[in-house]
Amino acid sequence: MSAAIKNLLLKIADDELIIGHRNSEWTGLGPILEEDIAFSSLAQDQIGHALANYTILQKEFGEAEPDVVAYLRTEKEFLSCQLVELPIGEYDFSLMRHFLFDHSESCRYELLLKSSFIPLAQLAKRIKGEMKYHTLHADLWITKLGAGTEESHARMQAALNEAMPYALGLFETSDYEDELISTGVFVGENALKTMWLERIAPIIEHANLKMPDIANIDPKFGGRHGYHTEYLQPLLSEMSEVLDLDPTTKW
Amino acid sequence: MTPSIDPRIRRADLDGASGFGALVENENWTPFAVFHQDKRGERHEFVGTIHASDPEMALLFAKEQYGRRKKTVNIWVVRSSDIFTFAHEDEDMFETVPDKNYREASGYPVRKRINKYLSDKEHETV
Repeated sequence: MSAAIKNLLLKIADDELIIGHRNSEWTGLGPILEEDIAFSSLAQDQIGHALANYTILQKEFGEAEPDVVAYLRTEKEFLSCQLVELPIGEYDFSLMRHFLFDHSESCRYELLLKSSFIPLAQLAKRIKGEMKYHTLHADLWITKLGAGTEESHARMQAALNEAMPYALGLFETSDYEDELISTGVFVGENALKTMWLERIAPIIEHANLKMPDIANIDPKFGGRHGYHTEYLQPLLSEMSEVLDLDPTTKW
Repeated sequence: MTPSIDPRIRRADLDGASGFGALVENENWTPFAVFHQDKRGERHEFVGTIHASDPEMALLFAKEQYGRRKKTVNIWVVRSSDIFTFAHEDEDMFETVPDKNYREASGYPVRKRINKYLSDKEHETV
C-alpha cells in the first residue's frame, strides 16, 4: 500500500518541481513586466506544491528530506512526465504547456479532495485557491491569443499540436493503479484523463483552436517509469549546480 | 550633447529620428489604476497602476502584483483614463484661509476636553 502512495506522491511532486524550474527560466525574460511577475509567481507556486508533496513523503513514509529528494536523485529516479521537462521554447509553447499541465494538476487535486489518504486530501484542499488562479491565468492567455491575430492563432495552434502527445503522456499508468483505485486513494490516471479532456475541450474551442485528434496520437510515455528525454539531465544538473559543489554544506 | 551612459536612455532615441517609440494602436497597453481591499467591508484603496490589454488581463496581473504580498480579499481595476481629476495647478483651490480652520476636522479641539473629563472622573472615583 505504501509503495503505491509513495509512487503517486513522487510523480506529482516531480512534475511540479520540474515544471516549476522550467517556468522560472522565464523570470526576467517574460514578454512584459506584469506577465513576467505573474508567470514567475506561478512557477514559485509549483515549487511550493512539490515541497508539500516531498514533505508528506518524509513525514508519512520516512523518505529523505525534501532537498535531498529534489536535488540528489539520478535522472532515472525521477517519475515526472516528459511534458514538463521539454525546454521552454517560445512563449506560445510555454503558455500552452502551462494550460495543459495546470488543468491536469487542478483536476488531479480536485479528485484528491476525496482521497482516503488524508495528508493528500488536506493538501488538495489547501491549494485549491492557488489552482483557481493558475487555470484562470492559463485560460485567459490561451483564449486571447488563440482568438487573437492570425499570427497568434497560428502559433497557439502549432503549440497545441506539438504539446498534445506529451500532455497525453501525463496519464501514463503505473503498476499501482488498481491498488490506488480500490483503496480509495486516487481514482486513477484514466479517470483523470477523461476529466481533463472534458475540462480543456470547451476552452480550446472558445479560443478558436482545433483540438488535435486525440484517438490517433501516440502519447509520449516513459517518464512515469524513469525514461526521459535528453532535456531532463541538463535541467537536473543546472538545478543542483550549487549544491553539488559541496552536498554536505549547511545552509 | 554628451551621450548618456545609461543604455536605456541611449536606446530611447530621444530625437525620434527612427520613429521608435511612436504610439501604435494595440502595441501600447492601457494603464489601469488598481484598488486593493484587505478585508470584506473595508474600502478599496488605490495602490498603484499596471498596464494591461483589457480589464480581464488587468485583474489577472493586479492579483499577482498587488495581492501577493499582503492580505487581500478583493481587487478593483479602473482604466486610468476613466478617472477624472483636477489639474495640479488648481491646488490652491484647496487652501483654506486661517480664519476658516473651524471647517477642518482638526478645528475641534475635543481631545483636550475628553482627557480633562477622563482625569476628572478618575479623581472622583479615588
